Amino acid sequence: MKQTDKYEADWLFEITPKNKFFSFNLEEVWQYRDLLLLFVKRDVITVYKQTVLGPLWYLIQPLFTSITFTIIFNTVAGIQTGAVPPFLFNLAGITVWNYFTACLNGTSNTFASNAGIFGKVYFPRLIMPLSVVISNLLRFGIQFFIFIAFYLCFYCTGAVISLNHFVIFFPILVVMMGILGLGLGMIISSLVTKYRDFSYLIGFGVQLLMYLSAVVYPMALISEKMPQYAWLIDYNPLAYIVETTRYLLLNIGQISILGLVYTFVLIILLFFIGLLIFNRTEKNFIDTV
Amino acid sequence: MKDIILKAENISKQYRLGVVGTGTLTHDLNRWWHRIRGKEDPYLKIGDTNDRSTKGTSDYVWALQDINFEVERGEVLGIIGKNGAGKSTLLKILSKVTAPTTGSIKSRGRIASLLEVGTGFNGEMTGRENIFLNGAILGMTKKEIASKLDEIIEFSGCERYIDTPVKRYSSGMTVRLAFAVAAFLEPEILVIDEVLAVGDAEFQKKAIGKMQDISKGEGRTVLFVSHNMAAVKSLCTRVIILENGIKIKEGNTVEIIESYLNDTGTVMEVKYENEENSIGNNFVKLKNAKISKITNNNYILLDEKFDIIFKFWVSDFKVGSVNLSLNIFNVEKVLLFNSYTKIIDSKAGLLNATFNIPSNIFNIGFYSVEVMVVVNHSQIFYCFDEILKFEIVENERNSSWYGNHSGLIRPNIKSEISID
Repeated sequence: MKQTDKYEADWLFEITPKNKFFSFNLEEVWQYRDLLLLFVKRDVITVYKQTVLGPLWYLIQPLFTSITFTIIFNTVAGIQTGAVPPFLFNLAGITVWNYFTACLNGTSNTFASNAGIFGKVYFPRLIMPLSVVISNLLRFGIQFFIFIAFYLCFYCTGAVISLNHFVIFFPILVVMMGILGLGLGMIISSLVTKYRDFSYLIGFGVQLLMYLSAVVYPMALISEKMPQYAWLIDYNPLAYIVETTRYLLLNIGQISILGLVYTFVLIILLFFIGLLIFNRTEKNFIDTV
Repeated sequence: MKDIILKAENISKQYRLGVVGTGTLTHDLNRWWHRIRGKEDPYLKIGDTNDRSTKGTSDYVWALQDINFEVERGEVLGIIGKNGAGKSTLLKILSKVTAPTTGSIKSRGRIASLLEVGTGFNGEMTGRENIFLNGAILGMTKKEIASKLDEIIEFSGCERYIDTPVKRYSSGMTVRLAFAVAAFLEPEILVIDEVLAVGDAEFQKKAIGKMQDISKGEGRTVLFVSHNMAAVKSLCTRVIILENGIKIKEGNTVEIIESYLNDTGTVMEVKYENEENSIGNNFVKLKNAKISKITNNNYILLDEKFDIIFKFWVSDFKVGSVNLSLNIFNVEKVLLFNSYTKIIDSKAGLLNATFNIPSNIFNIGFYSVEVMVVVNHSQIFYCFDEILKFEIVENERNSSWYGNHSGLIRPNIKSEISID
């Protein structure tokens, strides 16, 4: 009798209507780590296949955006960047901002764009957004490399620029940016499965968000020129990351420890909310997508 | 003690009909409101059974309802049913692609499902890279794939192209490569959809042969979903029939297939007791139309001859001569052939006609019978369309290939072959 009971309980796994509230199946994600790496590899080697310039496209896009921003915001509109060359100021902001948007855009349509493969085979769905964040990290690495190249260029030609002592913390900032993109992306991707409106929202929302994230101007400028709207920037975690990036790399602007703590807490919160929603969605999205 | 490897308990799956989006928000809010108060989902109580042809009263249908079954280790379970019976939904639940609405499935082994071969193939990547990617998607680790890589490449027969991007492959090569990966999966439980058995004859043979090896030779547990009775009969040890989302029968393969074939949408006989209620016009009214054969089944075997018999009431309406013209259509409404009777002089009374249909002309499938009453040599006076429907079924086959024979007809051609 006792043996029967033991046998009854001895199931390897169970398929149930809903995932448990706090089970993120992280062990399962670990089991599928090879798949994660293969997806990253696929993303990296296939993205610019059959283009002449290949991975150079990684570099062209931030460079031209920086040049355009420098002409419009600095030369025409006259935003001051202190001793730092405006081009470098913009490039720093754009490089880290691009990483965020790439993560957000890539993860926010996880369910909709992978419906074909998700409808045929099971693997932990979290693998997909994770692979997006990791493959974009590689892309960020290449773009960051070009930033370093220009940094050295400007340095050698006599520009007054210097790194901050805390620059060793820069990788943490990048990881925070990635997790923020992932967290928001997971929330949005889950909403998109039912309400397609969100994918349109993301399309232009991200563009508008850039202007609220201190990418093309120092944070101090807003509180100086439009104090009544400064709260918009003050509550935006992205603004702190972008501002701190420039603080670390170019030694310009301000660092707000309180702001960074707020950003950190918010990112962790958004990430877990994202994980929860994603986890609830992955079981049934195929019926609604 | 039975060694149960998979156990499904009260599996149900509800779907919403109509356009998702209209009213979803109000339903979602209502559902959420019930949930935070700790009440049951209000929409789970309603819902029709899944009968496609009738107009339902509810926006919700049950694609599956209270499905229970157990699978023993090493067993090959067939799941059969008509289109829309819930087979694919059950497969999706077993493969964890979607979750059941209620109920649970417990398993003692890793489940791998082959609902499609080549899931996640990327045209830009080489054959070798795709083997790794596809294998990993199906749940293999890099190490497992690497250890079987040579075998997979050999089985696929694409060795020469293995380092070429898959977009340069012919479609046949892509399928071969994809199937090769799938064939070397080693889960405890394998779930296979019949779509796997599409492709050319050679590929079907290879696929089904491999499945036989898996189930018989290697003692793996297999769940096989199919329309193809010949394949089910030769592969499965036990069969479940689904109908409108409900498990209606379960048991030993031979009996179950017999009863399944008997229960199809055929019309073997139409009969009218009196002339007033019958169909027709003021010249002819149908009394009786039937398919007559020696056996009593609701289906007709390939090598079975049968008669189509008609009885009409004919009035003294002024026409010169009369004859009957018979048309037989297949499911796609393609006319297979026309046949007609002799022309006789018309007079009031009971008209009898019999068409003797020889054996070995139809391929397997459903056919409908149409009969036209022709007067004065060429004038169609009344057409009774789709009056009877019959199904041609294949019983046994002595080859290792279980795919459907292609072609509209399937005559029994005698052939000889030898090598001197």
